[in-house]
Amino acid sequence: MATTFQSVGLAALGGMLWSGYTDSVKASPLVLRPPGALKEEDFLTACIKCGLCAEACVNRDTNIDKETGLPRPGTLQMAKGGDSVLIGTPFFIPTEVPCYMCEDIPCVPVCPSGALDMASLLDEKEELDITKSKMGLAVVHKESCIAFWGIQCDACYRACPLLDVAITLEYQKNDRTGKHAFLLPVVQDNACTGCGLCEIACVTEKPAIFVLPNDVAKGKAGDHYVKGWDVKDQVRVGDAHSETTTTDISKRDAGDYLNMEVEY
Amino acid sequence: MKNSKYLLLRRTTQVGLMFLYFAANAYGWKILTGTFGASYVFDTIPLADPYTTLQVLATGFVLGTDVLLGAAIITMFYFVVGGRAFCAWVCPINMVTDLANWLRRKLNLDKKEVNYRFLKRSARYWILVLGLLVSALVGVAAFEVVSPITIMQRGLVFGFGMGFAVVLAIFLFDLFGVKNGWCGHLCPLGAAYSIIGSKSLVRVKHNHEACTACMDCKTVCPENQVLHMIDKESISVTDGECTNCGRCVDVCNDDALGFGIRSFMDVSRTESETLG
Repeated sequence: MATTFQSVGLAALGGMLWSGYTDSVKASPLVLRPPGALKEEDFLTACIKCGLCAEACVNRDTNIDKETGLPRPGTLQMAKGGDSVLIGTPFFIPTEVPCYMCEDIPCVPVCPSGALDMASLLDEKEELDITKSKMGLAVVHKESCIAFWGIQCDACYRACPLLDVAITLEYQKNDRTGKHAFLLPVVQDNACTGCGLCEIACVTEKPAIFVLPNDVAKGKAGDHYVKGWDVKDQVRVGDAHSETTTTDISKRDAGDYLNMEVEY
Repeated sequence: MKNSKYLLLRRTTQVGLMFLYFAANAYGWKILTGTFGASYVFDTIPLADPYTTLQVLATGFVLGTDVLLGAAIITMFYFVVGGRAFCAWVCPINMVTDLANWLRRKLNLDKKEVNYRFLKRSARYWILVLGLLVSALVGVAAFEVVSPITIMQRGLVFGFGMGFAVVLAIFLFDLFGVKNGWCGHLCPLGAAYSIIGSKSLVRVKHNHEACTACMDCKTVCPENQVLHMIDKESISVTDGECTNCGRCVDVCNDDALGFGIRSFMDVSRTESETLG
């Protein structure tokens, strides 16, 4: 009896350590997943860590090096110990091998578990459309992007598989020299798939354009704000409901704040 | 030189299957793709790990039909051939722990049989249940986060990284720590297969009349509690914890052990003897 009681206690101890460890290793927000991946939290639940996506990626027909006839390294890696990504889950690092956005998307239909959702990549004709994928979002750091220095560089713009759609060039006058133009890369959120071809094409020492996971790269205005003169945006907040909060009326005199120390 | 027929057969099967998994990634062969979590045979027949499948289901995620079908196929297969045949004939960690066990015998580390109070062979069933609870609690298949089995398999197919340390840790634990520590005490996958194969048809049979009680079989057996009938009665090894590795059959010089189909008559006879 006492032993059973102790066993249950030890099992509880083990369970807590195990839960704590599992919960901490699943927190890897800076990771890019294959096309069609469910939201990160659901993806971690659903992925059965079989590696069929990575195998389909590396062994696709288009991955044969035309000079040597041998397959090149695949985009998708299976997380190993030390990768700081939940072990056994597929991910990619654009600066190592970006996603080449294959039209037939070999990595997705092979997923047996449903962690890679094929339905999310189908167009109106029920055909696979890689441009629907949202692996991440490219972000430009304008201080290190030499186009913002006035140097004419359109490496990322040219490398983008959705040329002039996902990255557009914005012309601006260079006030610093007074004579020249800026050709500034601007990433279009609605079109960028996060493939990372821009990141590997970037010429700066450490890429000035880089792909971040959507959750990290994007803000959210919420439904407190509506675009002016835009009927569509009013539809967006159509379901918004009001929140009633009550704040006690300040007893202070209106002029008091001038004499108050600022509290942090 | 003792007979090593089943040992060689097992190593061939283990290495062969691992090579097919490896070749699926390295050369694009379609014979056996994926890993234990989920695989396909010839790109058509799905296979899936029943315990992994249960863990994912425990998180509340409804898995794709191929995984569910694959898990059913694997369960049916091992239900017939003996659940822990997976452990002895497929699992790559078996080669690591067998090596540790062999070294233990060579280095004479087995003189004292230690009886750990809280590390019984039943610990694995606790871990099996715990793994499902933790999966449900945290929302991630919990054993898959730490499993040296899939870490080693993916290591062989996709590259090890630091995962090598986990495999080495299992080796050291089994060599210097607990005898048969991982496979015999802790592994919840082995526990799951013990349950699946508890009524399996393929079983080792003992012939009490031929036995000379040399106990070589008990020395090599990684689960020697299942060999309780040696030199006592002529029945099959019916315990689900038997891995069907056949080492006992190999080392037996008296033809007192061999593979056979479970005779349910044996069981009823033993039961009736026990009863009356």
